[in-house]
Amino acid sequence: MFLSSLIDGIATGSLYALIALGPSLIYGLLRVLDIANAAGLTLGAYVGLKVWRATGSLALGIVAGIAASAVFGLGLQRLLYRPILNRGPLIPLIASIGTFIAMEEAFRLVFGPYPFAFPAKLGLPTLRFGHTVITGVHLVILIVGLLVLGLTWFALRRTRLGLYWRATSQDMATAEAMGINTRGVVAAIFVIGYALAAVSGILLGINYNTVYPTMGDIPAYKMLAIIVLGGLGNPLGTIAAAMLIGLVETFVVMYAGYVLPRDAIAFIVLIVILLARPQGLLGRSRKAA
Amino acid sequence: MSYLLVVGVTIAIYAVLTVALNMVVGYVGQPNLAQSAFLGLGAYFAAVLSTRYHLGFWWTIPVAFGVAGIAGFALGAISLRLREDFLAITTIGLNFVMVAVFQYLPFFGGAVGIYSIPVPSIGEHHFGNLDYLILAAAMLALVVGVSKYLERSWLGASLFAIRDDESAAASVGIPVASYKVVAFTLSAAFAGMVGSLYAPFLSAVTPTSFGFTESVVILSMLIFGGLGTVRGALLGALVLGALPEAFRFISNFRLLTYGVILLLMLRFQPQGLAGEASAVSRLVGRLASPLRKSRDHGPA
Repeated sequence: MFLSSLIDGIATGSLYALIALGPSLIYGLLRVLDIANAAGLTLGAYVGLKVWRATGSLALGIVAGIAASAVFGLGLQRLLYRPILNRGPLIPLIASIGTFIAMEEAFRLVFGPYPFAFPAKLGLPTLRFGHTVITGVHLVILIVGLLVLGLTWFALRRTRLGLYWRATSQDMATAEAMGINTRGVVAAIFVIGYALAAVSGILLGINYNTVYPTMGDIPAYKMLAIIVLGGLGNPLGTIAAAMLIGLVETFVVMYAGYVLPRDAIAFIVLIVILLARPQGLLGRSRKAA
Repeated sequence: MSYLLVVGVTIAIYAVLTVALNMVVGYVGQPNLAQSAFLGLGAYFAAVLSTRYHLGFWWTIPVAFGVAGIAGFALGAISLRLREDFLAITTIGLNFVMVAVFQYLPFFGGAVGIYSIPVPSIGEHHFGNLDYLILAAAMLALVVGVSKYLERSWLGASLFAIRDDESAAASVGIPVASYKVVAFTLSAAFAGMVGSLYAPFLSAVTPTSFGFTESVVILSMLIFGGLGTVRGALLGALVLGALPEAFRFISNFRLLTYGVILLLMLRFQPQGLAGEASAVSRLVGRLASPLRKSRDHGPA
């Protein structure tokens, strides 16, 4: 029972980490809270589902979903974020929320308000160890999640793009003066961030066997709680916070029952922790704001 | 006629919320995406007290004002510890926490909400839509009056100074912390006050009607009209409030329309329609300047 919950919590945490990693990387570069990333998640899920239905190939569906979401993210960055970045933090945040709400309405109008089933087989069996059960979907989430998180850590610490990301996020003007193509870095991070969103959307759709217009709501605000908790713009902190929220939610629901809706827990944890550590769980304190 | 009255009351309620929100977002420059949580707090307290404890309508107004004010005071105190983005997210979270509280505390009637809230009355006369409109207009006049008073007062000037440069404001001796808290408290209290009218007007309150989307709608109105000015807040509430009613076909696309208008506005006219230094107010200024000149340099 405990072990089952632990694995359930880690799987939930991995999924949250996948969802929150893109916006966290984007925040690190642009200081924009990219709520519209959750629209990329829904878009990826819909396109993935439609292509999988049409062709019968889940791999093709995933590729198409990633492509659609990446194009959307890149367009958003070029057409919306870039022109308004110098207007202070509130304007891009509200623009992002506006995009997200408009996209949700667009999904409802294009695909209809009813949920679609997403009964794709992932090709992994359900594992049983005594009383501990891991479903195939959870296994895939765990494998994909840990793989992506490991790759991210490697990319940030050991590759050229990671070096550029760190340089650009510390000081964009200086990075540019050092000959780094910061526009290219921003574009690459948006592509990666929205690709991750599409993958998490497809995994979410398969896990709950449903794809619907507002499926981005809960990821959108949970990812906010997670990237704040992890210290804004700190990807490794984001991963730690995602695991923490995944585990806390699972265990609170298990031991305390539904005293509160699962989805309010993230924000209560967030508000309590922010009051104790206003710079986030792993954020460095910035004295001069 | 009655339908127009209903639209009028709705717009007036939105106008109160928008003008009140302007005190925090426009004057002090603090993000607040939780205005509908304060509306909900006021509406719920009014609903619970009038249905379960049979408190008269006129007494629920100060209670709603006070309860929301206390919540606003708490948010103001929290805001002192958090900067921009962190504060914005905390206020977003507040919506979800408040909806959860309304849903799960038995005091607030649970997921179904509270129904058959008694109609307010004066003596033997029960409220009709015209009475709601008059009362909403009175509340609007009050919040506009307070805003205008703030703008001209020492407190208002200090709030603008905090918005423009917090450390500079602190260095000339403005009590930044307490003034921020005052702005949050006032803004929330007025939102709660209009909630006491909102509850009997709809005759029912449900948890989900005070969610995040509603907060975004209120903030959209403010940004559409123009941050920092009362006329901008009023214009935003009027235009975006009337839009879905004026064009019935929009009502199915209400949020899409809001979202797209908001994006176009932010992208091309971030000062809003009638904010400080917006296109419209510059135009009005230019048209009015000959008049002003002739008055200034007229025959003495």
